[in-house]
Amino acid sequence: MSNEQDNTQNKQRIDRYRRKLLGGSAALAGAAALGSGVFFTSIARAKPDAEPASSEVRWGFLIDTNKCADNCDKCVTACNDEFNLTGFGRPETDAQWIRTVTLRDKKTGHTTRLPLMCQHCAYPPCVDVCPTGASFKRPDGIVLVDKHICIGCRYCMMACPYKARSFVHETIENQKEYGPRGKGTVESCTLCAHRVDKDRIPACAEACPEKAILFGNMNDAGSEIAQRMASEASTEIRGDLRLNLGVRYQGI
Amino acid sequence: MSRHRSACFLAACNTIKRSVINAKDTEMQSTQSLYCFSLRPLRLRELCVRCSVITGALVLMFFSFTAAAGVPVPDIPDAIKGEQCVEETGFMRRNHMKLLSHQRDDTVHLGIRTQKHSLKNCFTCHVVTGANNQPVTVKDPRHFCRECHDYAAVQIDCFQCHTSVPGGRKTTGARP
Repeated sequence: MSNEQDNTQNKQRIDRYRRKLLGGSAALAGAAALGSGVFFTSIARAKPDAEPASSEVRWGFLIDTNKCADNCDKCVTACNDEFNLTGFGRPETDAQWIRTVTLRDKKTGHTTRLPLMCQHCAYPPCVDVCPTGASFKRPDGIVLVDKHICIGCRYCMMACPYKARSFVHETIENQKEYGPRGKGTVESCTLCAHRVDKDRIPACAEACPEKAILFGNMNDAGSEIAQRMASEASTEIRGDLRLNLGVRYQGI
Repeated sequence: MSRHRSACFLAACNTIKRSVINAKDTEMQSTQSLYCFSLRPLRLRELCVRCSVITGALVLMFFSFTAAAGVPVPDIPDAIKGEQCVEETGFMRRNHMKLLSHQRDDTVHLGIRTQKHSLKNCFTCHVVTGANNQPVTVKDPRHFCRECHDYAAVQIDCFQCHTSVPGGRKTTGARP
């Protein structure tokens, strides 16, 4: 009887040992696999098409208004070209995803020109007020309108402190295949999500001859935008609203 | 012997009696159930059913004859690649809308830009060229999507916002 007991105890001990060993090697293999994955993602910058946008990324602009030349509207033209934003000769209602704003200091008379688009807030008021959930923020910080859900109520346009959104009043034709637009929906700067997903920079940043618009991942400490934000002064427009903007300006 | 015969006779009589009673019961039940269902006499009902069946058959025959005479059945444009569709044809006929709306949500909300089940892939592969060798838009009844949707009288709203022809400006400019 005691012999039998000893035998079973021995067996159990051996089993435990084996399990430990197996578990350890499995963990090691897992770590190796994970390590290689991390290694590969750090080298391959392009997001694979099938991969969803990551919340570890925060896309944004750093705009140096000192570099903005007078009478230059190349960023605006580039945006209009990219999405075929043709006007109908009605400036009050024509779609405007990016526009140039001139600020004038009344005391000194000093003027500053800057491009203004959707600021891609971390806490977007347009998303807060949207009754249907059409206005939303992507995991990587891009604020968009899902036009499949949008009912065109325009609450978001009223909520936006930057007047960044437009309503489509007319029947639209000749849309780009990556930029669907339609009557009765609200639209705004998409931070060129279709380009960003394909590892390219937005059209306005690409078109700027002075390289005043810098695009990048604000969360990546190694990126140019994060390094410049750390070393140089930059501000948010209406920073008092504490919306944590994705677009920061220099020289204002 | 005679006693045995009489016993047999009695048993036979009993079985016949039982079967008659059973038959009566079932008949009663069936008539009851029929009258429960409808208060009209059975014959009229039967006549109506027969008439409707005959009329139906006649209507079907009429439609099949006219179809043969030239109702425009959809002439589905072949894929330019000339291969199998992204899924099996029967599956696509039944489920293409589900694939499209799934893909749509993935693309808009998550930035997943796989081409396989995209709307763009439909009209890029099944492109129909018209005059000047240019692809026709959805305004043309020969457009791939319209061929079936016109036939089935199902309205598609996709192209109120989306373009219906392949192409578009290809821009360059890699991220630094």
